[in-house]
Amino acid sequence: MNYSQIPLMGKLRTPTMTYTFQVGLASVFLWFMIPCALAQTPNTCLDCHSALDAPLNVNATEFSASIHAQKEVTCVSCHGGDPNSPDDAMNTKAGFKGKITRKQIPELCGKCHSDAAYMRQYNPSLRTDQLVQYHTSVHGKKLDAGDTKVAVCTDCHTVHDIRPSSDIRSSVNPLNIATTCSHCHADASYMRPYGIKTTQFSDYGKSVHHEAMAERGDLSAPTCTTCHGNHGAAPPGVASVKNVCSTCHVFQSQLFETSPHKAAFGAAGLPGCVTCHSNHQIEHPSDVMVSAGEHSICTTCHTDGEPGLKTAAEIHTQLSDLQTRIARSKEILDRAAESGMEVGQAQLDLIQATDALTKARVSVHSFRAAVVAKETVSGTAVTEKTYQAGLQALRERNYRRVGLSISLLVIGATLIGLRFYIREIER
Amino acid sequence: MSPAAQIQTWLDERFGWAELIAPLKKKTVPHHHLSYWYFLGGMTLFLFIIQVTTGILLLLYYRPSANEAFESVQYINTQVRFGWLVRSIHSWSANLMIFTAFAHMFSVLFLRAYRKPRELTWVSGAILLLLAFGFGFSGYLLPWNTLAFFATKVGTEVAGQVPIIGPWIMVFLRGGPDVTGATLTRFFGFHVAVLPGITTVLLGLHIALVQRFGISVPPQVENEWSRSPQQRREIKFFPNFALRELMAWYVVLGVLGVLAALFPWGLGTKADAFAPAPAGIKPEWYFLFAFQTLKLIPAKVAHIDGEVLGVLAFGAAGLLWVLLPFVEPKRKAGGYRAVLLCGVIALAYIGSMTVYGYVAK
Repeated sequence: MNYSQIPLMGKLRTPTMTYTFQVGLASVFLWFMIPCALAQTPNTCLDCHSALDAPLNVNATEFSASIHAQKEVTCVSCHGGDPNSPDDAMNTKAGFKGKITRKQIPELCGKCHSDAAYMRQYNPSLRTDQLVQYHTSVHGKKLDAGDTKVAVCTDCHTVHDIRPSSDIRSSVNPLNIATTCSHCHADASYMRPYGIKTTQFSDYGKSVHHEAMAERGDLSAPTCTTCHGNHGAAPPGVASVKNVCSTCHVFQSQLFETSPHKAAFGAAGLPGCVTCHSNHQIEHPSDVMVSAGEHSICTTCHTDGEPGLKTAAEIHTQLSDLQTRIARSKEILDRAAESGMEVGQAQLDLIQATDALTKARVSVHSFRAAVVAKETVSGTAVTEKTYQAGLQALRERNYRRVGLSISLLVIGATLIGLRFYIREIER
Repeated sequence: MSPAAQIQTWLDERFGWAELIAPLKKKTVPHHHLSYWYFLGGMTLFLFIIQVTTGILLLLYYRPSANEAFESVQYINTQVRFGWLVRSIHSWSANLMIFTAFAHMFSVLFLRAYRKPRELTWVSGAILLLLAFGFGFSGYLLPWNTLAFFATKVGTEVAGQVPIIGPWIMVFLRGGPDVTGATLTRFFGFHVAVLPGITTVLLGLHIALVQRFGISVPPQVENEWSRSPQQRREIKFFPNFALRELMAWYVVLGVLGVLAALFPWGLGTKADAFAPAPAGIKPEWYFLFAFQTLKLIPAKVAHIDGEVLGVLAFGAAGLLWVLLPFVEPKRKAGGYRAVLLCGVIALAYIGSMTVYGYVAK
């Protein structure tokens, strides 16, 4: 019998077992214990620890719901000891390790999670480079340097009720990651020794990314780990910001690469995207951001009369004009539709203008008025066509009403005539 | 000799025209304070004629296939000169026709015009109303829009609840297990060929029976006239009654014009078999009372499937309704009171369940 084939036994128990004991145990296991084990797995650890007070308390319900318990990874897998014997449960001779120190945690978790062959039997698609990545992270580096206040595995994944990240109750589910990170990063006193801000979580809460995630339920929207990495978490450097954003905002990144800002930002040592959009509090971009007006972002660097500000004003005019035209077409088509006119095709066409506006807003990242105009011109043509369709529909509606009025007059006159005629012939 | 007189002479020499129209010249119609209810039948006939006329015009452009039906109706609505008007009048007159047919039926019931010898006039009229439902159900799908698609799906599912033959009826109506282009082609066939053929024959019979037996006088008027014969009054069918009917038709035309011009019939979005059914989907108003009832019946009633029970109950009620003149209790006053009570309950039930169906989510 090869005990290494039994989950965890080969990993954690074999060194302490003699060959005779292994054979004996295997026999008992095969012929007698399997039915019993299937019926109930004794766990003396939980018997006591579920009754103890904090910090020694383990919630039996939470633990049994954890991914580890479900995969039959029990207390002994991490803490050692013999859960089948109350006497030897905490016997160091039975491999009992007791409380795992924070320093030991990454290596302990990595013992299984870095073993590709071992993890394959549970989840072949699960990555096994977490430990390696962790040691490249700010957290890992500081831990290696002896700082045990930094995050280790259990800080983010919790200790005994670890759930898969796909579980909405998991602390590392995309919906919960920001809150999990905020436990430390929003704690001013905890962060003080590191000299980093603690506004990231509140800033993120106001961002368009958070809105997409929390309000629209879009789990693909960015959260902390999307930009910073998870196990290898670190702030992206100035040079890397653009690369991080471009994983989602591909076209914006490509346009920025060919824009005049690319060289200018590089020379000034400014990070690409965040210079205009900020980092955690990335709000809904608006057309006024690119203008020469009060809420312009461009005026942060450009002054009046500069060609850059003139371009910004020109781009703003193009975008505003298209947006106004779309609103005008929509209003007239809605009015026609409410009057019962069939304007479905025009309403469908107007979507092309909205698409053109979206493309124009993306092409703003070229910072060239001509590139933006390419999109706004096509959108403007659509709005003109749809506006005319709306006007035509309203003219048609009025024509119908006039026709109806004339018809009703004729019908009314005929009815009066008939009434008089009947009276006449019955007199 | 005037041209009209010349034509009359020409017809008379060949077909005996004067002899043919002689009964019409002699025909009289009772005239009393309830005579206005007589116009409902003629109004329904007028709306049916409009249906046929506008239906033929729509046929010039309509294409009965899943790929083209919606687009062809859209084309009629937007590109064909007065196409919107023809379609809108067709749709509105269909609804008005069912309304006037309902009103006609209840007026006949409350005025007791179904009595001997007019039993078959009632039966043919009741079947004509069912045929009108058939026209409504089959025509509703033809624009191939989302609402029509899912309404047909629900409607044919209800037909499938009929015990034993239900599944067969459903497959027959759909032209397969699901509502597809085959259903559209089939419904088109029902709508423009099968139903008009049957309706024309039955309508001819209904009108012939009305002509044969004349217009019924309500019992209360008959009693009054018996007590004081000097009150009895009749008017000539032509021109006196015909002109009054013409006035009613003009009123209908005016109402139809207002509805068609101010509330043109919408088209919606093209049907997509893979899209989810729109929330709160409801059938046309004349099916709403039955739909709402089926929704309210519990899933199981004494081990019987609720929907099956509902369909069977409606089937039995419909059959009783059609055969009313034959199943009416024979006790003179008591029998009438029972029918009157049934009529009032039926009207109140249909009205209240329709309103409930509209407001219910």
